[in-house]
Amino acid sequence: MRKGTSSALTLSLGFAAVVALSATVVLGLTLPKTFEQEEYSRLIAVHPGVAWAAYIAFGVTAVASALWLLPRTRSRTWDLVAGASAEIGVVFTALMLVTGSIWGRPTWGVYWVWDARLTLSALMLMLLVGYLALRRVPADPDVRAQRSAFVALLSVLVVPVNHYAVEWWRTLHQSRSLDMTPSDDLDGEFIAAMMLGLLAFTLVYAWLLVHRVRVARLEEEREDEALAVAIDERRREAEVVG
Amino acid sequence: MWRDALAVAGKDLRIERRSRVGLQQIVPFAVLVIVLFAFALDPDRGVLVQAAAGLFWIAVLFSTLLAVQRSQAIEGADGVRDATLLSGLDPSGVFLGKAIAVAVQLLLLEVVLAAGVVVLYDVDVEGIGTLAITAVAATVGLAAVGSLYGALATGLHVRETLLPLLLLPVVAPVLIAATRASESALADTTFEVAPADWVGLLAVFAVVYVAFGLVAYGSLLED
Repeated sequence: MRKGTSSALTLSLGFAAVVALSATVVLGLTLPKTFEQEEYSRLIAVHPGVAWAAYIAFGVTAVASALWLLPRTRSRTWDLVAGASAEIGVVFTALMLVTGSIWGRPTWGVYWVWDARLTLSALMLMLLVGYLALRRVPADPDVRAQRSAFVALLSVLVVPVNHYAVEWWRTLHQSRSLDMTPSDDLDGEFIAAMMLGLLAFTLVYAWLLVHRVRVARLEEEREDEALAVAIDERRREAEVVG
Repeated sequence: MWRDALAVAGKDLRIERRSRVGLQQIVPFAVLVIVLFAFALDPDRGVLVQAAAGLFWIAVLFSTLLAVQRSQAIEGADGVRDATLLSGLDPSGVFLGKAIAVAVQLLLLEVVLAAGVVVLYDVDVEGIGTLAITAVAATVGLAAVGSLYGALATGLHVRETLLPLLLLPVVAPVLIAATRASESALADTTFEVAPADWVGLLAVFAVVYVAFGLVAYGSLLED
């Protein structure tokens, strides 16, 4: 029988994600132009949500890695969750940098500034890419799970150090001329679009995660089956020869 | 633990003294890197002096990769890893020993490299004390995280290419902090963030990685 990865859970998650995303698109496109940013202000419906999903993905990878390392909660599932979440996290982190650059060009005049937060995001992307490279190395599943769990935890531990390093680094060059924290005087509809975006991308993340974990588990089952079949064939050959 | 650490560090350093791989390959490599920087950045325009601290630490980071790979290659040869497991040495001690040996080699390399930078880039050193403390704090962190990631990548088929990708993003804060702290020692100017704060950050980094290595190294040795 053909095995799929969909279930009632993913169907409802996927449906909710589509609805929330559509609503975000509609609300985002009907936002009024602002005086300073004109059309670009509508990115507020997309960029914060994408960034939020990237942070969630990073956090889930770390938590799942910790759960794998603790003997009491160790199970293959946590390893698969950590890997799946990191893969989705790379996509969202890259999207965060891209949407940020598109937004940055009209707002600051350049695609990239060496701002503390941007630098930290770029470092996060590099850490995730390294982590995924490690996961791709052929090795015994348990060895690979253990080593990638260590790397994931260390990558999270280093975040506060990175944070202070890039914050202080930037204070040497400029006072915060680019204040990127959302100002308090955002209009209600902008906040609504942003919150809806957060919800939509969280749902998309959750839907992707469940599917990716199930695909990974099917891959493992398939490998095990293929190995069993191959062993079986070799045994039969031996019988014929013998 | 400390006795085991010193035994392992002594073993590694003795091997290095006899094989002279560090002296004949890693040190010349680091010097070569700073010479290449001079080719890339026109020495006449003062760019080199301004960038000296950063270039110095980049050269140290590259050398750390080599030193760590060398340190793990010693373990891989002649069944040393199995022998270490059988010897009953405390795994935390083994980690500390490997890290101490790498740190000692890196510190010696930094002395040579600093002399090279002063001579070749024509840099004036104002605060030698700041420079020394920065170097020690940064090197302990580099050696600890390097030894940990080196062990993590051993036994995998692609460790030569994997190690830089894993290690360099993690040591990025060391590069930032060590460069800024050294800059203030070279130019004798005070920045908004005092060198002491940068050294503190380097110390935090070192403590985190030494602690993690002490806990995690044992389970890395086993497989």
